[in-house]
Amino acid sequence: MSFIKSLAAGLVAAFVSLAPAQATEKVTIAAAADLKFAMDEIAATFRKAHPGDDVDVIYGSSGKFHTQIQQGAPFDIFFSADVGFARELKAAGQAITEPKLYAIGRIVLWSAARDASKLTLADLTDPSIKKIAIANPQHAPYGKRAEEALRAVGLWDTLQDKLVFGENIAQTAQYVQSGAADIGIIALSLAVNEELTSKGGYALIPAEKHSPLEQAYVVTKHGEGNALASTFAAYMATPDARHIMTRYGFVLPGEIASK
Amino acid sequence: MPNAEDLQAVLLTLRLAATVTVLLLLIGTPIAWWLARTRSWLKGPVGALVSLPLVLPPTVIGFYMLLAMGPWGPIGRLFNTLGWGTLPFTFTGIVVASVFYSMPFVVQPIQNAFEAMGDRPMEVAATLGAPPLAAFFTVAVPLARSGFVTAAILGFAHTIGEFGVVLMIGGNIPGKTRLISVQIYDHVEAMEYGRAHWLAAGMLIFSFLVLLALYSRRKDRIDV
Repeated sequence: MSFIKSLAAGLVAAFVSLAPAQATEKVTIAAAADLKFAMDEIAATFRKAHPGDDVDVIYGSSGKFHTQIQQGAPFDIFFSADVGFARELKAAGQAITEPKLYAIGRIVLWSAARDASKLTLADLTDPSIKKIAIANPQHAPYGKRAEEALRAVGLWDTLQDKLVFGENIAQTAQYVQSGAADIGIIALSLAVNEELTSKGGYALIPAEKHSPLEQAYVVTKHGEGNALASTFAAYMATPDARHIMTRYGFVLPGEIASK
Repeated sequence: MPNAEDLQAVLLTLRLAATVTVLLLLIGTPIAWWLARTRSWLKGPVGALVSLPLVLPPTVIGFYMLLAMGPWGPIGRLFNTLGWGTLPFTFTGIVVASVFYSMPFVVQPIQNAFEAMGDRPMEVAATLGAPPLAAFFTVAVPLARSGFVTAAILGFAHTIGEFGVVLMIGGNIPGKTRLISVQIYDHVEAMEYGRAHWLAAGMLIFSFLVLLALYSRRKDRIDV
């Protein structure tokens, strides 16, 4: 009997010790898939500066997050790849801050099987290129810009049979990385990642071929009153965060886009 | 109202489900027969392998299928060597993936029917001088008819309900790999709820009717 008692006491002690020692603050961030590598780093440096606080980042397509937040998803900040989604949330009363521009995205041609660094959009008609991956233009901002760029060079209709559509820009990159698609139009911020640059190469698509990929964040209604959400949002403007964003090929607000 | 693209997705989905059901009845029947009759130690491993899609997340199947079918994967290399082209992002590709994905839904009902039948009918047929293959088609298949019907319905319905695997290897191509489930997903993401409702409600009613038919049958025949 005393054995069972001491066992029970031990179990209780174990559970108590598993519980957090102090109440922590927590922020849940929904981020566009093109931020995957950059935001991972920013969140890591932020965590270092705020030990004890919880920062969760969930990546996905901006269109999906937009829908989910409208339905009350528990995200505190939403980093959209397209300022339009952020504006709509604000207009719908689902955001408590005005959309704040944090970066301008660029698209690139990237391949895992060949060196794409010398290629231009015109080379996509090459018969050896069988499948071209782009994000779904119906709802993914990077997909929309890829369509615009292909239309700008007059190849959208010609290339229809070669196009395959990723659900978001990260899945599009994965289609190319697995070799299933010969080449893709993906975010520069993904292409500069080591894992991707070690295979093939990339070529910037001139910015004037598509409307600018203005990216903005909002603090959502769910994040109202969450001090850590405001702190993280403010952190995006610090030199540390800006430096990381620049390293991943983002053009920052107030800087001039390179060709 | 559903537009031309939605109807294209519906027709494509039905074509996929029909193709996969026919293929699975052809491939699944010998597997089910073997599983029902064998005393080999391989019965366990093969049975487990066939049933894997019941428990695996579609993302696992989709991920490995994409790698296997890609130019550097074993299936991709085989198809390239044979000059059949590549599988990801093609109708053939999603047929191959669906055959694997829906396999247990076809094999298990047929296997159960064969097992319920026992050894006796085939032994009697052999005693009466019927060659094994003839006995299989004239005795075993008619006796297991109910299992075949259940298998066909489940295989068809399950293929129509497929989403994750197709999303990962399909590439969302209209008329080739954009199924109803993918089309609904795109409508929802693009905030086109009206169009999503048409397809989603259609799927709901269709699925209910299929299961209703299945379970109404089962009231009379518990053995499948």
